[in-house]
Amino acid sequence: MYTGLGPRVRWLMSQIFSPSTNPLSKISIVAVALLAGGGGLALWEVNSSPFVSRANYPFEQPVPFSHKHHVAGLGLDCRYCHTTVERSAFAGMPATETCMSCHSMIWTNAPMLEPVRQSWATGKSLEWNRVHDLPGFVYFNHSIHVNKGVGCSECHGPVDQMPLMYQANTLYMTWCLECHRNPEMRVRPRDKVFDMKYKHPENQAELGAKLVAEYKIQKLTDCYTCHR
Amino acid sequence: MAPEKLETTATAVQTSPEPLVGPGHSYASVTDKISAVPLEVGWPKFWIVGFTIAFMVLMMLLGTITWLLGKGVGVWGINIPVGWGFDIINFVWWIGIGHAGTLISAILLLLKQQWRMSISRFAEAMTLFAVACAFLYPTFHTGRPWLAYWLLPYPNTMSLWPQPRSPLLWDVFAVSTYGTISLVFWYVGLIPDLASMRDKAKSRFAQVAYGILALGWRGSARHWTHYEMAALVLAGMSTPLVLSVHTVVSFDFAVGLIPGWHATIFPPYFVAGAIYSGFAMVLTLAIPLRSWYKLQDFITMKHIDNMCKVMLATGLIVAYGYAMEAFMAWYSGNIWELFMFKNRTTGPYGWSYWSLILFNVLVPQLLWSRKARQNVALVFVLSLIINIGMWLERFVIIVTSLNRDFLPSSWGMYYPTKFDWSMFIGSMGLFTTLLFVFVRLLPSIAMFEIRLILPKKNKGGH
Repeated sequence: MYTGLGPRVRWLMSQIFSPSTNPLSKISIVAVALLAGGGGLALWEVNSSPFVSRANYPFEQPVPFSHKHHVAGLGLDCRYCHTTVERSAFAGMPATETCMSCHSMIWTNAPMLEPVRQSWATGKSLEWNRVHDLPGFVYFNHSIHVNKGVGCSECHGPVDQMPLMYQANTLYMTWCLECHRNPEMRVRPRDKVFDMKYKHPENQAELGAKLVAEYKIQKLTDCYTCHR
Repeated sequence: MAPEKLETTATAVQTSPEPLVGPGHSYASVTDKISAVPLEVGWPKFWIVGFTIAFMVLMMLLGTITWLLGKGVGVWGINIPVGWGFDIINFVWWIGIGHAGTLISAILLLLKQQWRMSISRFAEAMTLFAVACAFLYPTFHTGRPWLAYWLLPYPNTMSLWPQPRSPLLWDVFAVSTYGTISLVFWYVGLIPDLASMRDKAKSRFAQVAYGILALGWRGSARHWTHYEMAALVLAGMSTPLVLSVHTVVSFDFAVGLIPGWHATIFPPYFVAGAIYSGFAMVLTLAIPLRSWYKLQDFITMKHIDNMCKVMLATGLIVAYGYAMEAFMAWYSGNIWELFMFKNRTTGPYGWSYWSLILFNVLVPQLLWSRKARQNVALVFVLSLIINIGMWLERFVIIVTSLNRDFLPSSWGMYYPTKFDWSMFIGSMGLFTTLLFVFVRLLPSIAMFEIRLILPKKNKGGH
């Protein structure tokens, strides 16, 4: 018989481990598996949480500008302020003059608007906190999306219902690719691009395929489409 | 394995002219002698001196890596056209060295070669440490090693999977499988010996530490049945790895279109080269180990002789590979292949090719002589020469193929910087530090396996 050591000495020695270590050793096998799995799951949860993606929580701004009030309430078009969205990569942020085109006449003494008047008086721009902040290595162009029938609300969510602006989607690459791989499920007629109330029809697959063909939309999923 | 069966194999050993264990050993003396290295010998002077030097070199590696992370891979000499320099040379070199451990522990186990028993343990440890060193290079070559997990297919927010058409990805799987299986195989093989260590240890700490690692091994018949089965299954899993890992590594080159890389002979020629360099490294380590710790009874001249023969055989396969490269350059009639071969032999790096032929092909022919194989000092020197030769082989393949490719306007020279050298030498520090720690803490020869091959009359006590 072969033992770790000859049995002639082993019976002389006291036990190194008490019997209570038996269940411990068995539990540890399960525990390692659970910890590894749980750790992976926890990492995944953290990574998809707003803490990392910055989605779904409003940002503090120098002036608590309400898209809900201006868009849904007053009926302003997106392009009234974001003037270059159809022509340039950057949608454009309104100059203080744009604000003052109304606010020199209404709510002229509202304390909430003091920073706007300050900016107007000093010529120093308002410093908004950027809500949709893509990483520097991603090239994104607003104009191509808008001109190919991708509506504002497709990415930015129900902006007309946001008292304070927040990021409605994660902006993760997996989210971009969802549409880049199947554009027919997201595209809408060009004249509906700025319609915040637009709902995709029942026959979206059919209509989408038609629009994809009509607008010559390509499924651009090469790395260099966005990472140039 | 039933005891009767063991004894028949032991008798077979007894009749062989050159014993695998020195004369006069019994069960107790084998265990005593080998377990004494970690338990009794303690801190001999050569260990302290050796470990100190190795650890200092390891610190140099850490310093290099720190600098590398601060500055980027530009501190290395790599640049277009030679984008793969020392890092890939060293990667292939280290991975190749690991192969001997797997060959010894898996293939020779399946072939029932008993001479593997006394060298398998530290050869497997060498495999693990070599894989650890090899891992360093591609990881840091990526430039952003903190993103190295991108190489693995895992659910991510980018909807991205690694490129399955790239041999570099196959490498990730080949090497990580290899590392994992080698670790498990090594550890499973250690369990009976860890139990012996637990039982022999005097201090409470050592008893508990070895005891936890021994996983409650009591040496019952059931334990041994399970052990035998596990060892066999793991050997079966490791065996294809001996061939597949370096095959996949050779695909890194063979799948590329560069003349000097794009050759179908690469997989077998790389595998043979890996085993060649691995056995050279086993000898480089075994010879000082047996003389320092007086283990000549267990690593006998028979072992050294056998390893020399394996080196001779694999060395000849490698030489055939070199010959075929030359032949195909001429026979293919391809001007690029022919130019590559001319550039390799007479170009600016011609010295590396001819030293390679000298170190890997000409000098090892000494091993045909039995006298040379029995001269331990000579074998040690030869093993070092082969190690250098195999490193040069990877240098020749990588640098001389890349430095002058199709477009003369893009030709360029590759000069390793001091950081290339300190990273290379530093990885040897990592390797030797790990080996010193291993020899100090664990039985570097498989005690229970040596007990199996003792001549029958010496077993005693039963």
